[in-house]
Amino acid sequence: MAEAVAEAASAPEAPLLEAEGVTFAYGRTPVLEGVDLSIRPGEFVALVGPNGSGKSTLLRVLLGSLPAASGRVRLFGEPPEHVGDRGRLGYVPQRPILASEVPATVAEIVATGRLSRSGWWRPLRPADRDAVGHALTSVGLEGLADHPVNQLSGGQQQRAFIARAFASEPELLVLDEPIAGVDAESQRRFRDALVHLVVEHGGAVLLVSHELSAVAPDLDRVVVLKRRVLFDGPPSLLTEEGVSLGVHRDDLPLWLEGLR
Amino acid sequence: MTAITLPYPFDLVFMQRALIASLAVGVFAPMIGTFLVQKRMSLIGDGIGHIAFAGVGAGILAGGATGHLALPMALAFAVVGALGVEWLRAKRKASGDLALALFFYSGIALGVVLVSVGGGLNASVLTYLFGQPLTVNATEVRVIVALGVVIVAVMLAFRRVLFSVVTDEEWSRVAGLPVGFANTVLAVVTACAVVAAMKVVGILLIAAMMVLPVASGQVIARSFRGTMRWAVAISVASVIAGLAASRIWGLAPGGTIVLITAGVFAVLALAKRSSAPRLPLPVDVPGEQEA
Repeated sequence: MAEAVAEAASAPEAPLLEAEGVTFAYGRTPVLEGVDLSIRPGEFVALVGPNGSGKSTLLRVLLGSLPAASGRVRLFGEPPEHVGDRGRLGYVPQRPILASEVPATVAEIVATGRLSRSGWWRPLRPADRDAVGHALTSVGLEGLADHPVNQLSGGQQQRAFIARAFASEPELLVLDEPIAGVDAESQRRFRDALVHLVVEHGGAVLLVSHELSAVAPDLDRVVVLKRRVLFDGPPSLLTEEGVSLGVHRDDLPLWLEGLR
Repeated sequence: MTAITLPYPFDLVFMQRALIASLAVGVFAPMIGTFLVQKRMSLIGDGIGHIAFAGVGAGILAGGATGHLALPMALAFAVVGALGVEWLRAKRKASGDLALALFFYSGIALGVVLVSVGGGLNASVLTYLFGQPLTVNATEVRVIVALGVVIVAVMLAFRRVLFSVVTDEEWSRVAGLPVGFANTVLAVVTACAVVAAMKVVGILLIAAMMVLPVASGQVIARSFRGTMRWAVAISVASVIAGLAASRIWGLAPGGTIVLITAGVFAVLALAKRSSAPRLPLPVDVPGEQEA
């Protein structure tokens, strides 16, 4: 990933995602204050912070589901709500399992990831099927394509959601608190899938998480949020400075442990 | 419509009309129902049925005893009611459950009041409540079949986006899919289906034809598509068996059809339970291993 960063530096590309001075409040309670953030192609960035630090709110503002009170947000160079081709964005929601009343196979779920890319009114074409197959392979679920999602383990379900996001061949993948504590095998597959997107496809990843141990060596940048951005830089620098950031020690261990 | 040659109990014209109308309902109701069950709105058909009953009351009041305004008014009420429930649910003004209850009870209460003003419960009102497929006329058969064709076409055309939206609405919104449009289409189609099926199974049993075959389908199938196919197959078989039974033993056809679909579910659920317990897959499964 160092090469990817070097490339980005030598030929600076426009950021895929950019926030400048973003502020947001629920009523009178400020949640975000003057948040700056930018993610360029090929970057693997983690957004961390204690509970209630505004991570989820920032994500919703960045994706256009909440309007910023002030400041500027650009997704692919446009206001998020104006982005026409949403297939450029891959999104993995914060959810441990899919509560499916009716059985749905992994392939059926992953295929919905193609809708925003190929047009939701069109039938699936061979290129769509290829993309779905590739997405399944890249998360190691190709052998479970015809299994009902709700019979899979938590880690497998999560990879199915990542495959759904991969199916649109996204330039930017955003993951909202993927579940912690999945088995070691799933953690490794999870890490491999994200690295695959960055290295093989030059995509960028924004991972919002408490739990970074699985991906710590692969991160280009860590952004620490507690209402405002306390730190934005390479993980090596964070471990040196981490505890003097004004974040309470108790807030840190989970993710800091992963970076040591 | 002249009788085509079919064996007993479908040898008479009125039975053949009943068969065609009921088969149309048997196909489109579970197709819609598969999406509704996945959306956790299994009772919406019942709720809309109650609102449609208010429409029937208004139609009888406005159009007189011939009841020629009953169906158009029922359709208007059902569509407005379905959109109202969806609006309340989407805006989170009320949970899907509570939104349903609000319309459900207001609808049936309004229906009862309108019917009482229009001369009270009579045989034609009871037809709408309990269905009477054996009395559908040729025009009604054509209307039901035409509506059925449109409903099936819309479901098939939008099935992929509908599946995405009913399965994971939040994700679909972020992915830029037309969530509002899909929910509106599903609401309007459900309303049309309720009114189209009203004469056949009756307002009180419409939701059963949407949901019970799906309950059976999901016991057998492992995919969404498979569930829908099984649901339609079970529903069609139940319609044929139910109509035959109602002719042979003089039973109420709508109720008989629904009881058969419920019986099919009971048998399948018991069979599944006794054969193999549903266990989550072990972590070590083929495809999990490193190649």
